[in-house]
Amino acid sequence: MKTSELQYIELFRQCRQMLDAGSTPVLNALRDEAMAAFERLGLPTRKVERYKYTDVPAAFAPDYGLNLQRKDIPANVQDNFRCDVPNLSTHLIYSINDVPQPSPAAASTFNTFDETSGGIFIGSLAEASRQRSELVALYYGRLTDLQDNALAALNTAFCQDGIFVYVPRNQRLQQPLQLINLLRSSVDMMVNRRLLIVLEEGAEATLLLCDHAMDTVSFLTTQVIEVHCADNAHLNLYEVEETHTKCHRFSNVFIQAGRDCTVTHNNLTIFNGLTRNTTDVVIAGENTEVTLNGCVVADKNQHVDNNTLIDHRVPNCRSHELYKYVADDAATGAFAGRILVRQDAQKTDSKMTNANLCASTEAHVYSQPMLEIYADDVKCSHGSTVGVLDTQQLFYMQQRGIPTEEARMLLKFAFVGQVIDEITLQPLRERLHYIVEKRFRGELSKCTGCALCK
Amino acid sequence: MANEYVKKVAEEKYKYGFTTNVYTEIIDKGLNEDIVRLISQKKGEPEWMLDFRLKAYRFWQEQKQPTWAHLRMPEIDYQAISYYADPTAKKADEGKKEIDPELMKTFDKLGIPLEERMALSGVAVDAVMDSVSIKTTFKERLSEKGIIFCSISEAINQYPELVRQYLGSVVPYRDNYFAALNSAVFSDGSFVYIPKNTRCPMELSTYFRINARNTGQFERTLIVCEAGGYVSYLEGCTAPMRDENQLHAAIVEIVVMDDAEVKYSTVQNWYPGDSEGRGGVLNLVTKRGHLRGANSKLSWTQVETGSAITWKYPSCILSGDGSQAEFYSVAVTNHHQQADTGTKMIHLGRNTRSTIISKGISAGQSENSYRGLVRVGKDADGARNYSSCDSLLLGNRCGAHTFPYQDVQNATAIIEHEATTSKISEDQLLYCNQRGISTEEAVGLIVNGYAKDVINKLPMEFAVEATKLLSVSLEGSVG
Repeated sequence: MKTSELQYIELFRQCRQMLDAGSTPVLNALRDEAMAAFERLGLPTRKVERYKYTDVPAAFAPDYGLNLQRKDIPANVQDNFRCDVPNLSTHLIYSINDVPQPSPAAASTFNTFDETSGGIFIGSLAEASRQRSELVALYYGRLTDLQDNALAALNTAFCQDGIFVYVPRNQRLQQPLQLINLLRSSVDMMVNRRLLIVLEEGAEATLLLCDHAMDTVSFLTTQVIEVHCADNAHLNLYEVEETHTKCHRFSNVFIQAGRDCTVTHNNLTIFNGLTRNTTDVVIAGENTEVTLNGCVVADKNQHVDNNTLIDHRVPNCRSHELYKYVADDAATGAFAGRILVRQDAQKTDSKMTNANLCASTEAHVYSQPMLEIYADDVKCSHGSTVGVLDTQQLFYMQQRGIPTEEARMLLKFAFVGQVIDEITLQPLRERLHYIVEKRFRGELSKCTGCALCK
Repeated sequence: MANEYVKKVAEEKYKYGFTTNVYTEIIDKGLNEDIVRLISQKKGEPEWMLDFRLKAYRFWQEQKQPTWAHLRMPEIDYQAISYYADPTAKKADEGKKEIDPELMKTFDKLGIPLEERMALSGVAVDAVMDSVSIKTTFKERLSEKGIIFCSISEAINQYPELVRQYLGSVVPYRDNYFAALNSAVFSDGSFVYIPKNTRCPMELSTYFRINARNTGQFERTLIVCEAGGYVSYLEGCTAPMRDENQLHAAIVEIVVMDDAEVKYSTVQNWYPGDSEGRGGVLNLVTKRGHLRGANSKLSWTQVETGSAITWKYPSCILSGDGSQAEFYSVAVTNHHQQADTGTKMIHLGRNTRSTIISKGISAGQSENSYRGLVRVGKDADGARNYSSCDSLLLGNRCGAHTFPYQDVQNATAIIEHEATTSKISEDQLLYCNQRGISTEEAVGLIVNGYAKDVINKLPMEFAVEATKLLSVSLEGSVG
C-alpha cells in the first residue's frame, strides 16, 4: 500500500476518538466497516477501469489538514458572500467546509422537524440523528457502495456531519433549497462532505448545490450524496461548481428511485481544479424517468472526469443523458457513461449523448459511452462526438460582420447552451447563461461572489 | 410465434464438425523452453528465429492472462495442450513425402480444392492444417510477378531478410499475453510479399483447419505490401466438433507502404460449441495493420460466426499522412457463445481517415460486445473518424454491449460515434408474412439486410458464403 492511503489509515487510528466525539452514534456506526473496506481497496489507480482517466492517488498524496476537532472557522458568510443566482428566491443554507449553517431567513426552521410544514427537516445530519436516530439510521449509508467504492468508504470513515433533507410523504419544498458549500481555510484542507436526501412517497423537492472556495489554499473535497426517492417522488438536483484551480473534488452521488418517479440531476462544472464526479442511479421501480445532464467548461490545466451509471433493473423506464464539454488550453475532459439494462427490464427507453469541443492541441478529450444490455425489447442508443467549431458557421457569421473571436465565442456558448436550456429553474438558467458567457469571455478567472474576487 | 421459430433454428448443426483420420505426429503436451526449441528445430529454423521465440516465451511466463474483456473465460491449462501437430508427417516405414489423399479430400469437403485445375479461378490458397501448411497453390504463377505467397515456415528459410525485417514489427512479442504465447510457439501461417507497383492478379487466401485433438493452433500471418501494391487477402477457418475447448491464438501483421492497398477479409467459422455451451474454439487473436506509407489503405472485413469465445480486435495504426483505414464487422453469437470484438484506430499521421461499421447479432444465451478505441494523437491534424455500432438482439436471454473508447488530443479532429440496439419487431415479420414470406425466410432476410453494409465489402465468393452462414448461425434465435 502506498503512502497516499497510509496517511489516512494512520490518521483514522490515531484520531478515532476525536472523530467519534465530534459526531453521533449513527454516523460512527459505519466507520469501522468503511475503514476496513478502504484498507482493503486502497485508492483506485488508473488501472481500475472506472478511474482510468483520473490519477486519484496523486490527488490524495499531499498532507492536508482536517478539522476533526470541529473548531469554528470564522466565516461571516452573509457579509462576505454574494450569491451567484441573485433573482432566485430560495431557502438558503450554507455549509462552511462540512459545518451546516442557516441563512437568517432559513434559521427559524433549521434543524427542526418542522411540524407546520408536515415534518420537513432541513439541517444538520448529526443534529437530525440526535433527534431521530432511527430515521437517519434507516437511510444513512444504505446506498453507499462501501465494499466497492474506496472514495465513498473514505468519506464514510471520516464524515462527522453533513446536511440532511427529509421530505415526508406527499410534502413538497415550497421553495428550491439552495445549499452553498463554502471552502474556507488558511491551510491546505481536506473536507469530507455528506448529503442525505430522503423523499418519501409523493414528495417533491428542488435542490441547488453551489460549490465555492473562499481561500486560495489547496482543498481536497470528498463528497457523498445519497438520494432516496420513494414511489412517485420528484426531484430536481442541480450541482454547480465554481471553485479555483487548487481545488480537488471527488464526488459520489448515489440515487435510488422507486416507481413513477422523475429524477433530474444536472451537474455543471464552470470553474475547477481537478474534479471527478461519479453518479450512480438505480432505477428500482417501474415507469420512472431519469435525466442526467452535465456541462463542463475547462481550460488551463483543469481536469474534469464525469462517470455515470444508470442501472435499469425494472421494465418500462426511461433515461436520458446529455453531457457536453468544451476543453481549451491544456485541459482534460473525460466522460464515461454506462447504461445497464438488466435481464427482463423490457421496454426500456434510454438515450445517452456526449458531445465535446476540443479547442486546442494541448487539450485532451476522452469519451466512453457504454451500453450493456441484457433485454431484447428495448430502445437504447448512444452518440458521441469530438469535434471542432464548424467553419461554415464561423464563415456565415464573419460575412455578417461578426469578428472571428466573437463568432467562436458565440458558437461555444450555443454549444453548451443546450444543456443549460434544459434547466427548469428560470432564474438559474438565466444566471448560468450569463456566467458561462463571462467564462468564455475570460472574465471569470475565479468564482464570482467569493471574498477574493471583490 | 417468432420465439418458437427462434428456438427451432437454434438447433442447427455445425456442418464442418467432422474429423479427418490421418496419421498426425503430435509432440508431447506441455510448454517449456525445450518445447519451444523442439518446434523451432522441427521447422529447421535459423538461430535468430529461435532467439525470438525464446525471448517471447520468457516474457510470456512473466505475464498474467488478461481479464478485462466482457467474457467468462474457462481456465486454460497451458500445460495440457500440445503445441505442434503435423498431419503431413509419415510413419517411419513409409516412403516419399506426398500429400495424403485424405488431406486432399478433407479440403475438398471444406470446399477448398487444392488441385489448381479444380480451384476457383483467381484465388490462390495456402491450406494449413494444425501446425503445418499442406499446400500453397498458384505459387509459380504469382512468382512471375515477383509476388511471394508461401507458408511462413518456408519464408523464414527462403526469405530470411524480409521476414526478419518485418516479423514482430507491427505486433511485438511484448504486445499482450496471447501475442507473447503465439510468438513463442507459432507454427504455420502465410507470408505475402507484394513488390513495388504490383497489383496481385488474384485473391490470396489461407484456410486454417484444426484437426488433431488436444492441440492448439498458433498461426502467424505476415503481409507486406510495398509502395503502390495491391492485394486482397481472405482467411477462412473451421474445426471439428469436440467437447473440450481448443485454443487458437493467432497473430496477423500487415505492413502497408505508400499508396499501397490491402484488403483483409475473414470468415471465421471455428466450431462454436454445442447448444449447451460445451466445447468450441477459444479464438484469441491479435491482428494489426501498420499504414506506414502516405495515402496507404487498409480494410479489415470480418464475419464472425464461430468460436465459443472470440477475443479479437483487428487494428490499424495510421502513421502515413493521408492514410485510410476501414473496419467492417458482423459478429453473430448464438447459444452460449461469447464475443468481445472490435477495433482500434490509432491516428498518428495528418489527414488520416477511419471508418468503423460494426454489426452485432446476439441470440440464445450469448454475449456479444463491441469494444473499440479511436485515438487521435497530438500531430494527427485533420483526422476524421466515423463509427457506427449496431446491435440486434434475438431473444431475451442474450446480451449486447458496446464499449467504445475515444481519446482525442488534437483540436482539428472530428470523431463521431453512434450506437443503437434493437430487435426484429413483430411488425417487420408481419409485413413479410403478409407478403407470403415465411417467418424463417423473413428473419434471414431482415438479418441479411441488417448486415448488408458489411457483407457488401466482402469479395464475391465470400459474400455468398457469409450470407448463407448468417442464416445458418442464427437458426433458432429470433425473439
